[in-house]
Formats: sequence, structure tokens, C-alpha cells
Amino acid sequence: MRRDESPLIRWLLIALALGFLGLFLVLPLAAVLAQALGKGTDAYFAALTQPDAWASIRLTLLVAAIAVPVNIGFGLAASWAIAKFDFRGKSLLISLIDLPFSVSPVISGLVFVLLFGLQGWFGETLRDHNIRVLFAVPGIVLATMFVTFPFVARELIPLMEEQGREEEEAAIVLGAGGFKTFLTVTLPNVKWGLLHGVLLCNARAMGEFGAVSVVSGHIRGLTNTMPLHVEILYNEYDFVGAFAVASLLALLALLTLVAKSALEWRLRDEIAALRQS
Amino acid sequence: MIEVQNITKHFGSFRALDDVSLAVPKGKLVALLGPSGSGKTTLLRILAGLEAPDRGKVILDGVEATEQKARDRGIGFVFQHYALFRHMTVADNIAFGLTVRKGKDRPPRAEIDRRVAALLDLVQLSGLAGRYPTQLSGGQRQRVALARALAVEPRLLLLDEPFGALDAQVRKELRRWLRRLHDELGLTGVFVTHDQEEALEVADEVVVMNKGRIEQVGSPAAIYDSPATPFVYRFLGNVNSLPCAIHDGRAEIAGLSLAIEAPNSGGEGNGIAFVRPHDVEVRPPADGLPRAVVEQLAILGPVVRADLLLPGNISLEVELTREQQNHLSLAKGSPVGLSLRRARVFAGA
Repeated sequence: MRRDESPLIRWLLIALALGFLGLFLVLPLAAVLAQALGKGTDAYFAALTQPDAWASIRLTLLVAAIAVPVNIGFGLAASWAIAKFDFRGKSLLISLIDLPFSVSPVISGLVFVLLFGLQGWFGETLRDHNIRVLFAVPGIVLATMFVTFPFVARELIPLMEEQGREEEEAAIVLGAGGFKTFLTVTLPNVKWGLLHGVLLCNARAMGEFGAVSVVSGHIRGLTNTMPLHVEILYNEYDFVGAFAVASLLALLALLTLVAKSALEWRLRDEIAALRQS
Repeated sequence: MIEVQNITKHFGSFRALDDVSLAVPKGKLVALLGPSGSGKTTLLRILAGLEAPDRGKVILDGVEATEQKARDRGIGFVFQHYALFRHMTVADNIAFGLTVRKGKDRPPRAEIDRRVAALLDLVQLSGLAGRYPTQLSGGQRQRVALARALAVEPRLLLLDEPFGALDAQVRKELRRWLRRLHDELGLTGVFVTHDQEEALEVADEVVVMNKGRIEQVGSPAAIYDSPATPFVYRFLGNVNSLPCAIHDGRAEIAGLSLAIEAPNSGGEGNGIAFVRPHDVEVRPPADGLPRAVVEQLAILGPVVRADLLLPGNISLEVELTREQQNHLSLAKGSPVGLSLRRARVFAGA
């Protein structure tokens, strides 16, 4: 690369980038932490261990623990089918996978109200069998799954398409069955893409607000996830409480990113090898 | 003996194979030769079970295998781009066909290791067992792919453009090496190529394909010396194709009179005569000999290529040795006399 821009322009560009980053990423994070710790660490931890806050943390982890594995399964199945086989309706499937990205999360939530609400299609049946979906954990899990299901598939489809079908064909000719081929050839080849998709999916599953807000019913200690809990506390002017939970949410997101970068850095040679050829 | 009978295969509205029948004798190495889109790779993939034919049968050693799954066919396949498992070492790649076997079919670990070592030795890659495919050169990858296919002791080895992705020098070496290997192991093999030199050099039998049909099957010498169709003539090596008029069993090409060759003849009217550049004899001009003028001379190492101009503005490419050129003292503009050692006339073409 040519290095003949004047030092002034170079520094200006770097300063601009850093300034932007600081203004829009570091400053808000710092503000969250500052607000959370505004009345000392005792108040911070008290806010986190408060029963409703604790319930929201558990619920968020539970929802992610269900939604993420389900979407790993779905994402792997969909991308495998799309990248390695030809079938009718393939492009329709691809567009459907993108649907949650293109639809507002509020609509995604409302869809489930239309389906499972008392006036909804399955409302009466569910009531007769005494099954609660809306305003309960199942609804929250469903809405989260819906919103997060493109992440894994979207990450894997281009990767698998780029890698082609020849390795799978080689495995089959050598006597491997379909599932064995998937486990020994396809999966190892996409594991880093899969990890990336899972981390993004997880971050969104824990952070989803809109769709979950519609189906949750905001019952404290029961159906509030962390983002919903933050909003409630904030609306009640409990800034320390709101920002304490928010900081924890931000911390979870940061940890995910750090874990991803650390893995990528440690295994960079192997990742490079998989991308080549 | 490996056979396909009346295979037809479409991809959408494109007819990749059109009623193709072929038998590959045991222990022979057969080349499927043709331009791209001629259906040769499709035929190979149908043999392997990677594609299903629309119609027709695949018969392996006397047993119909059309419906048999690829993994049960006991076939070795070397892919054009090798398709090595990129996350596995060379040794694990070669062992794959053995390690995926189930239960008592799977050899013990020590036996697998021994076979892998023997195969590495066979393909001359003994020191590279622990490498990953990305750390190998093209020629090395090719040999790993071959060792991997041989590990399952296939009854048929299929190779898709085995040398296509290699540079010229490596290609030449691997070509000879593959031929020797085939002779040592006595395998039955089919390989696909669009390179006529490769097919003629390596194969026992050449199958020339065009537009989903087989044009000709024969030994390399037979294919080269007596092509059955104008397509085969054009596809195999350099050839002059000269429009001619057929009359009374003789073909007239602008002053050259040829005795027409049976059996492809018969018929009167227009035709095309095929003459290979080395089948034209250039002589000093003399009475009774057709005449031409040297238009262009190119010296290509030991041979000389001359473009001659026949009466009627017809060009004819000929090949002669440097010795002949000196003897005739040929130069640009020299008049010469011609006679044809061999030519083939196709009526109506």
C-alpha cells in the first residue's frame, strides 16, 4: 500500500475513527457502568440480587439455553439442505429464513399473539387444555427462536456453498453414510462459521426486546427477561437497578465477543487452512 | 467388466447423455475424451453412483447396479479438484475409506496404519503423513487423492480430469506415473479428459464423446489413424479439412485428385477431405504433381510447419522435418509439388 498521504490526513482519519468509536461505543458503555455504580458497589450488587432482577437473569439464560440449541439444529439442517442438495422451493426457503431479519420484531411478537392469544387460531384449544403460551415462558422462547433463527443458517449457507459438494461426494464414494458424512466432513469444515453464528444468535437471544415484549405480559419475577426488566426499572426511575442489570447484559455480550476473538486468535492457523483451497 | 447400457441423462432440458452404451474390460485403462459439455463427466458420475441416469443400466461385474448407492459400489473416485478433506491430515484422508467402515468390516487400527503407510509409499509421499492438504503442492494433493481412492481396494477407479489442474511439467510426469501404476496394480480404470494427447498416451482404449453421444471407441492408434467421423478427425490432433467434390469414387480438391476411401464414402456431390499435416509429402515441383506455393514457414524445434497455398486460394498446413526443408531448400514463396500419403473423405459433410 502506498504511504504517501500526508501524516495530517492519516492522523485525522485515525482520530475520526477512534472518536466515532469512543462516542458511540465506549462512552455509552462507560455511562451504563457509571450510572450502575453511581451509589456504590453495595447498591449495585443489591440491585442485581433483588429477587425480580435475579428472576429476569435466570429467565434470560433459560430462554437462550433453549432457543440457541434449537436454532443450531435448525440452522445446520437448513444450510445443509440448501447448500448440498437441489430441491424445489429452495429459493423460497432461503427467503423465508431471512423473514425475521426483514420483519420488525414487534410484528414477530404479534404473530404469536395472533396464533396463541385467546382470540387467536389456537387460543381456544390451548385454553381447553390449560396450556399457557402467551404471557408465559413458552411464548417468550418461541418469540426469541423466531427472531434469532436466521443467525446460524445465514452464517453457514454461504460458507457451505463456497466449500461445494465434492468433499461430501468423496466421503460417500468412500463408503460413508449421509449422517457419517455430515459428522466427519461437513461439520468440521464449518465449525468456525457455526461458532460465529451461535455467538451472534446467543447475543441476540439474550438481548431481544421487541418481540419478547409483545408476548411476555411483563409479569415481574415471572415473564420479564433482562431487557424487559431494565425497561421497567428505568420507567420507575430506579436508575441504579436499571443500569446494574443493563451492565450485566452488556457484560454478557462483551464476554461473548471476547470468547469469539480469543478462539479465533488461538486457532487462526486452522481457520486459515479451512478457508483456503 | 464394467458396462453401461443405453444411458440417457438430462439436466433440465439439456441432454447430457443420449443413449450411451459402453463396456470397460477388466484391467484396462479407458479414457473418456471429448470437449466440455460432451457428457464425459456425467457418464463418470453415473458409473460412480453420484448421478442417477434417466434411463439405462449400469452393470458392475455382471450385476446390475443402477439402483445401488454410491457408497456400496466399491468404486474409487479421484475428483478434478481432489476434494481432499481439508481438516484432516494426509494419513487421515487416506485412511478415511477404512475408518468409516462399520463393525467387523473395519480393519483393526494397526492394519489401517499399515495400509496407509504402504499407500503413502506407493504414491511416494512417505514423509508427509502428518501434513494438511493446504500444505501440499497440486501434484502431491493429486497423489493423496489417488491413494485415498485406492485404500478401499476399489474394483473400478474413476478419475475426473486427473491432470487438469496441474502445470504442464507435473502433468507429464504424473501421466507416466499413473500409467506405470496402472500396469503394476492391474486396476480397471476410467478417466475423463479433454486433452487428446493425454488420452492417447495413457489409455489402453479411448472413447471419443461429443454432445452426449459416443463417436468412436478404439485403441489410441486406431482412433488416431482412422477416425470414424469428421468430429473425431477434428478433435484428435491437427488436421486440414478441405472441401471437395466427389465424383465417380474420386474426390477433387482444387487440383488434387484423391482416390476415395471406403467405407465412409458412397455418394456423389460435396464432401470434406481430412488430411493430417504430416501426411502431406512435399516434393520438388514436377509435371503431373499438384502444385502449391509456400506462404509461411515456422520452425518448431525439430519440425517445420509450412502453410501452403493451393490453387483456388485453399490453405494447407503441412509438417516436415528440418532435413526435408533443407533438402528442398524451402523458403517463403517457393513453388512445391505435393502428394498425399493418407487422406479421408467424408461425403455430404
